Amino acid sequence: MQQFLESFLPAGPVVVFVFSIIPLMIILIYALFAIWLERKVAGHIQDRLGPMQTGGWHGWAQTIADLLKMIQKEDIVPAKADRFLFKMAPFIAFAASYAAFVAIPFSSGYIGSMIDVGVFYIVAITSLLSVSIIMAGWASNNKWSLLGAMRTAAQTVSYEVPTVVTILSVIIVTGTLNLMEVTEMQTGNAFLGFLPNWFIFHSPFMMIAFVLFFIASLAESHRVPFDLPESESELVGGYQTEYSGMRWGLFMLTEYADMLLLSLVGATLFFGGWNSPFGSFMDGPVWGAFWMLLKGMVLVFVMMWLRWTLPRLRVDQLMNLCWKYLIPLSFVNLVLIALWEMIF
Amino acid sequence: MKTAEELHRILAEKFGEELFELKQDEPAAPWIIVKAEQIREVSKFLRDEPGLRFDSLMCLSGVHYPKENALGVTYHLFSTSEKHKLTLKVIMPEEDAHLPTVEQIWKTADWHEREAYDMFGIRFDGHPDPRRILCPDDWEGYPLRKDYRVQEFYRGMKVEY
Amino acid sequence: MTNVKEKGPEVTLSPPVDAGNGLKTQEMVINMGPQHPSTHGVLRMELTLNGEIVTRAIPHIGYLHRCFEKHSEAMNDYNKVVPYVDRMDYVAAMNNELGYAIAMERLMDIQVNDRVEYIRVLMAELQRIASHLLALGTFGLDIGAFTPFLYCFIEREKILDIFEKASGARLLYNYIWIGGLMNDVPADFKTDTAAFVKSFRPKIKELNDLLSHNKIFIDRTANVGVLPDKVAINYGVSGPSLRGSGVAWDLRKDDHYSIYDRFEYDVIVGKGEMGTVGDCWDRYIVRVWEMEESLKIIEQALDQMPDEGDVQEAIPKKIRPPAGEIYCRTETPRGELGYYIISDKSTTPFRVKARAPSFVNLSVLPAISVGAMVADMVAIIGSIDIVLGEVDR
Repeated sequence: MQQFLESFLPAGPVVVFVFSIIPLMIILIYALFAIWLERKVAGHIQDRLGPMQTGGWHGWAQTIADLLKMIQKEDIVPAKADRFLFKMAPFIAFAASYAAFVAIPFSSGYIGSMIDVGVFYIVAITSLLSVSIIMAGWASNNKWSLLGAMRTAAQTVSYEVPTVVTILSVIIVTGTLNLMEVTEMQTGNAFLGFLPNWFIFHSPFMMIAFVLFFIASLAESHRVPFDLPESESELVGGYQTEYSGMRWGLFMLTEYADMLLLSLVGATLFFGGWNSPFGSFMDGPVWGAFWMLLKGMVLVFVMMWLRWTLPRLRVDQLMNLCWKYLIPLSFVNLVLIALWEMIF
Repeated sequence: MKTAEELHRILAEKFGEELFELKQDEPAAPWIIVKAEQIREVSKFLRDEPGLRFDSLMCLSGVHYPKENALGVTYHLFSTSEKHKLTLKVIMPEEDAHLPTVEQIWKTADWHEREAYDMFGIRFDGHPDPRRILCPDDWEGYPLRKDYRVQEFYRGMKVEY
Repeated sequence: MTNVKEKGPEVTLSPPVDAGNGLKTQEMVINMGPQHPSTHGVLRMELTLNGEIVTRAIPHIGYLHRCFEKHSEAMNDYNKVVPYVDRMDYVAAMNNELGYAIAMERLMDIQVNDRVEYIRVLMAELQRIASHLLALGTFGLDIGAFTPFLYCFIEREKILDIFEKASGARLLYNYIWIGGLMNDVPADFKTDTAAFVKSFRPKIKELNDLLSHNKIFIDRTANVGVLPDKVAINYGVSGPSLRGSGVAWDLRKDDHYSIYDRFEYDVIVGKGEMGTVGDCWDRYIVRVWEMEESLKIIEQALDQMPDEGDVQEAIPKKIRPPAGEIYCRTETPRGELGYYIISDKSTTPFRVKARAPSFVNLSVLPAISVGAMVADMVAIIGSIDIVLGEVDR
């Protein structure tokens, strides 16, 4: 892809710029779409229609209108807030999830950076998110925000363990941390002639690993039933309480970007990434991007589905679930996958 | 199940005839008038005595009687086990309206007594939290007294609109 | 800009408390409300927190005080109090009107005909379902489940449609008057109500499947905010909150009023199926099954209701009750609603005191919330189902 861009763009820096701006475009367009989709999904689950007016067809322009409204809003910083941290926090949050997209192979022809420690990099850089949330909660000078921030710190740190361990169980099979290589290993139809050669079908323990990964990623991206940091009905808005306008919008964008990021990681690790589910049919760089985003969106849709179905856990139950169930299970599963690899 | 006359007889035997007065000529339920200083002991007796067991205070209301220049507190009692009801009344002079609290006997009285204080200025001696409940703490006057005139300004805001 | 930058949030901290293991901990005082999504209006809770655990909770009320009692004393007609009664518990206005009308009719010794009685019971039970739906939906919302809330609202709308046809209003009806009704029900009232009953039964099961037996929901509500029966009676707690504690106490059965003795129905009590008797889940499930019992009453009332009768025949020309007083209580969706009415033989009420169930039920909150977490506070407030309009009056 870089060579392709270099063939018609004049200078090196411009190529790099265009190259790195692509994930941002994807995130922004995806976020506009996903927020609209969330409303439609919520609406249909709740026996109503969701936005129907703005833009004509099924309210497609609703999020754009909201975005324009949000940009015009006054930028309010509470009088006793720590102004610098307060203003910085949303940018750090977004930067953290945007930076993680660089290691995601969107198609066989496009990955931001072919770093060899791709997954490790993603796990590391997304930790910045919890730093930014603690910054936001602390700087707001609001007790509810502070409670939300404290919850986030505890939750993110805890749930990183099962996430990393389940990722590790895939890494045992692949032997590489580079997500492009992980995806390439899943090409073709291997199992029983028709099932695609995806890691989810690799062994029964892989399916367990995926379920664990998905639960942990719900907690990582603060989605229901693990949305305690912002839990509206308890903490008013958690760390977002004092934010308004575009700064709040950035937090919103980060949340959706995070959902996509974790879904894409899940799709890459377990569902063959940009590989077509039909072997070589509908394959290639462009179709690859389509399949990748489709798989990501399906997982995002499941997250939305859960959000509008389940209640929320309490903070101690959240910790119980993580430390008493998810972490032991993921370690046992890791050992079982390792044994499976040794035997077969 | 005991009627008001029976209850009145029991109370008169226990505490002495002169403290109680049974009013029965009204169309609605009869009531017993209790002296203010006695209400606490009477309440405790009514709650704990076997055969009476008034374990529930349905309602506690303040009343202002401008003609008699008096304030009153009405207690509506009920027994969930014996299923009988009783109405007690305490009448006090307006200038010096205070009586012992029954908060320790029925917790229901806690907020109701605060409300009676808030609205009528009746003081309940021994109440653990004798603050206003519905009006702001620095509100002037007692709104449900018949001669109440609303204050003109509250913290610089005009009250009458 | 010459702002002096302040570092970090200013939090009110109590003096350090020894945690018992050599570590010191500090308590934080936090205001929950008056503008908080889960205090069901303008309730303010002053919480003292140790971490996320509540060590003290003090409710502050009065933000919605509209001087109901003072207003009533200024009305020159007892019937003019009815709209004010509506505005106390604005999600169960019919029950409030019914209680007031019955109190006044007892004071004045008015007998209403059977048609009026049946319409009143039907309205009161429909309103009870509507009110419970709101309570259950918002309780789910407090726990974090958004969807059941809207499912409940869909059904509530159908009831409000029936009320709208009869009274012209959807929330504050002014429908039940002293001695009768504002007007007779429309011709299709019976079919509408029967259709609602038929369509609503499966929805209770749906609600149970979606919310009541959800694992997370049970985890959040079982063994939380346990209210023992003795404490509940001592605090004067009534209605579903009392029955949730296992006390079979329903004024419809235990303190007869209107024509409730003509119907077959059960009093639902909490059994502690998921945890301890008197926890949030018990209070919740009592409301769920009470809707079923209300449906039974509605079905029987529809069968027995006479088609003839003037709903206004007993309305007095001039309401001038004899001098005297009455305390009359009825069972609203929130519990025992008592009216203490004193008449001085004029057309103006001398005193109208409302013993509001929410007011009394809320007073138990400090007693059962110690040791709960912030998230539990929300569940407890939701489960005792307060309406601030009624608390503050």
